[in-house]
Parts: sequence; C-alpha cells; structure tokens
Amino acid sequence: MTVTETLKRWWHQLGSPRWFYEISGPWQTGFAVLALLLLAIGTVWGLAIAPMDYQQGNSFRIIYVHVPTAIVSQTVYMLMGAAGLVLLVWRMKLADMVLAAAVPFGMSMTALALFTGAVWGKPTWGAWWVWDARTTSMLVLLFLYFGLYALRQAIPRNEAAGRACAVLALVGTVNIPIIKYSVDWWLTLHQPATFKLTEAPSMPPEMWLPLLLNVLGIYCFFAANLIGRLKLTILERESGTRWVRELIAGRSP
Amino acid sequence: MSLFSAQLRREWLLLIQHSEEVLNPLLFLFLAISLFALATGGGPDVLRDYAPAIIWVLVLLANLMSLEGLFRRDYEDGTLELLVLKAEPAFLALLAKVLVHWTFSGLAMTLLAPLAALILYLPVSALPMLILGLVVGTPALSLIGAVGAALTVGLKRGGALLALLVLPLYVPVLIFGAGAVLEQMAGIETLAQIYWLGVITMASLTLAPFAVLAALRVSLEQ
Repeated sequence: MTVTETLKRWWHQLGSPRWFYEISGPWQTGFAVLALLLLAIGTVWGLAIAPMDYQQGNSFRIIYVHVPTAIVSQTVYMLMGAAGLVLLVWRMKLADMVLAAAVPFGMSMTALALFTGAVWGKPTWGAWWVWDARTTSMLVLLFLYFGLYALRQAIPRNEAAGRACAVLALVGTVNIPIIKYSVDWWLTLHQPATFKLTEAPSMPPEMWLPLLLNVLGIYCFFAANLIGRLKLTILERESGTRWVRELIAGRSP
Repeated sequence: MSLFSAQLRREWLLLIQHSEEVLNPLLFLFLAISLFALATGGGPDVLRDYAPAIIWVLVLLANLMSLEGLFRRDYEDGTLELLVLKAEPAFLALLAKVLVHWTFSGLAMTLLAPLAALILYLPVSALPMLILGLVVGTPALSLIGAVGAALTVGLKRGGALLALLVLPLYVPVLIFGAGAVLEQMAGIETLAQIYWLGVITMASLTLAPFAVLAALRVSLEQ
C-alpha cells in the first residue's frame, strides 16, 4: 500500500517542472560521472585490451561505438512514444519537455550508428553502404527523427507542437516493429543481434564485457544529457513564473 | 450509422464537385510513369523489371499528393471544427471521410493499374498480384496518410513536411506491395506478403482514426 502511495505521490510531483528542476541536479551529476567512468573503461578496454576477432581482425572494434549508439537511438524513440502517451493522456508538462529534449540526442545517435556502420561496412562488406535489413530500418528511423524535428519546427506554439509531436511519436512507435519486420523480410546480410535477452552471447566475455560497459555508459550519458536539456527547457518555458525569476535573481546579484 | 452514411454522401458529392482534386493525382501518376519510360529509354526489358517498383512508388507519391486536400477545405470553412466537436462519435465521421478519399485515390489507382502495367510491359501473369496488393494495401496508405494530413492541416506550407512525416510510415506497404509482384514475376506462388498488407491495413483501420482525431484536435487549437 505504501509503495503504491509513494508511486502515486511521485507521479503527481513529476507534474511539477519546478520540483523536477530542484531534485534533478544530483541525478544529473551522478549519471554524468557514471557515464564518464563506464565509457572510459569500456572504450579503453574495448579498443586496446580486448582480443582481436579471428576473422575481422581489428575492424570489429567499431562495435564498441556502433552497437551502443544503435541500441540507444531505438530506446530513445520508444521513450518518446511513451512520453507522447503520457502527454496525451495526463497532459503532463514534463512529458512535453522530454519529447522536445530527446529528439536531438536520438537523431545524432542514429546518424552516428549509421556512420560507424558505414565505416565498418567498407572493410568488411566491401562497400560503404549496403541495403540490408538493419541499415535500412536505421535509415527509416533517422527519417522518423527528422520528421519529429521538422514538425516541432513548423508549429509556432510550444504546447500545440508538443501534442502534435506526441501523436507522431506514438504512431511512429507503433510502426517501428512493422517497419523492422518488413525490412527483415528483405534478404539480410547483417549479423544477428549481439545481445539477446534470452541467450548467452556468442562472444567470449573479454569481448562482450567492454561492450556491455559502453552500452550502460551511453544510457547514463543519455540520462545526464536529457536531464541537462530538461533543466534548460524548464527555465526557458517557465521563465515567466516567480520561482524562475527568483532563482535567476538569486544567482546573479 | 446514419452519421456515417450522411458523411459518406457529403464527401462523395463534394469530391464530385471538385473533380480536379481527384484527377490531378491520377494524371500525375501517369505523367510520372511516362517520365520513367522517357528516362530509361523505353526499353521493354528495363521497364518490365522495374515496373512493380515504379508503379508502387508512384502510387505512394500520388496518394501523398491527394492527401493535402483531405482536410484542407473543411478546415478553412470551419466544417472540420464542427465535425470534431459535435459529431458523435467523431472518429466514425472521419472514417467516412477517409473511405471516400480512398475510393477516389487508392481504388481509382487500382482500377487504372492495368493500364499502367500495360505501358510498363508488366507480364500479364503478375497483374493479378499487383491489383490484389493495391486493393489490400492502399487503404492503409489513406489511413496512415490521414494522420499526417491532420497534423499538417493548420500549417501554411505543409506539403514537404507532410511527405517527410508520412513516407517513412509507408515503407512497409511499399516493401510488401512491390515485393509481392516481384515474387510473382520470379515464379514464386505465395500470398504471404498480401496477408501482411492485410495486417497493416486492419491495424491502421483500428488505430488510425483515433490518431487522426487527436491530431485534428491539436491542429484546430492553433
């Protein structure tokens, strides 16, 4: 009973941008420190210490950048779908801000995943770009991000733009599995997913552990980045309120 | 149900009165097909191989073109606002609108498909698959497209944005639709891709009207 009550209170508190602004500072620092540690260890381990692949040589090492960015870009879109649902159902201001703040991060991660994929594809497949199932669905994902970005730019009023983006993000989220499936229907060159929840990875641990660290690291990076952007958005949108004016007045005497 | 049939009748009459809205996308379809023939040199072998791709891509684009007018007039004269506020249930009236839109875009293109297939030298044996795919797949185009049209109806220059929003969502329909014809041409007898088109159409039939309604509410607030 107390658990549900705590959750309920927390849910209500989330409706207040001010409350979020005040409690999120330490979280941002925590996530940033964790991200820095995890990414530093994972990257050095992956790029310098992990053993070479017996077939692909050193070129396989790009997975330590490629896989985390690809995974996080899909999660960010799903998160925006969830934020869209919350915004449309509960009209929570913070959900609107999440929708606005997550787009640039997701878009750049998708682009980075496509770019690193191309760099890896050149020595491995012999071409910068191959129309295989997963590169194609990532490309479609990039276009979905562009669409969200462009829609927000096109609508002048913040509130209307947020809800329009919420509808689009929801429709996109429903479509992503169908797009992935339809593209998989095509002939596929890409190797199957590295991490599956249901089975142990086929790589030795000294190869997949740094990858896992980098994946966790990039999630922490996303969290820190999102909180930072949210705080800025809150200040910008709430700039007319008293607490923001007092906050700014208090900081710059 | 009377709301549905009244809306159906109204949309039908309006589109007949504004026949240019219906004809222009269809003319575009054939104009663009001839552009492909001109650009490739008109060789039957090349055109035959690309015919499913050309037809399906242009059906997508012609559909997109017809979407702009879906809510525009009703938005400008205020009918749309009344419909969203007063019609009970509003999604049923919207469904009637989309159905009529499909009759004059997707269905019309399906009926014209044999002609398009003829001038692109598509083998006659593959024609039934093309028509079947269009019949089953184009309703999904109208339904998904209606969401994009509803989101952009309030904007001054929504055309390019509409394409950016809607075309990525059309990808599955394109893959299965063109894929079915290609498989038929390769001698593989299977209806699996048509079934998938059916799945997409049924899913968008159940979900899209609500998304359209939510999108229209946002657009009308602006």
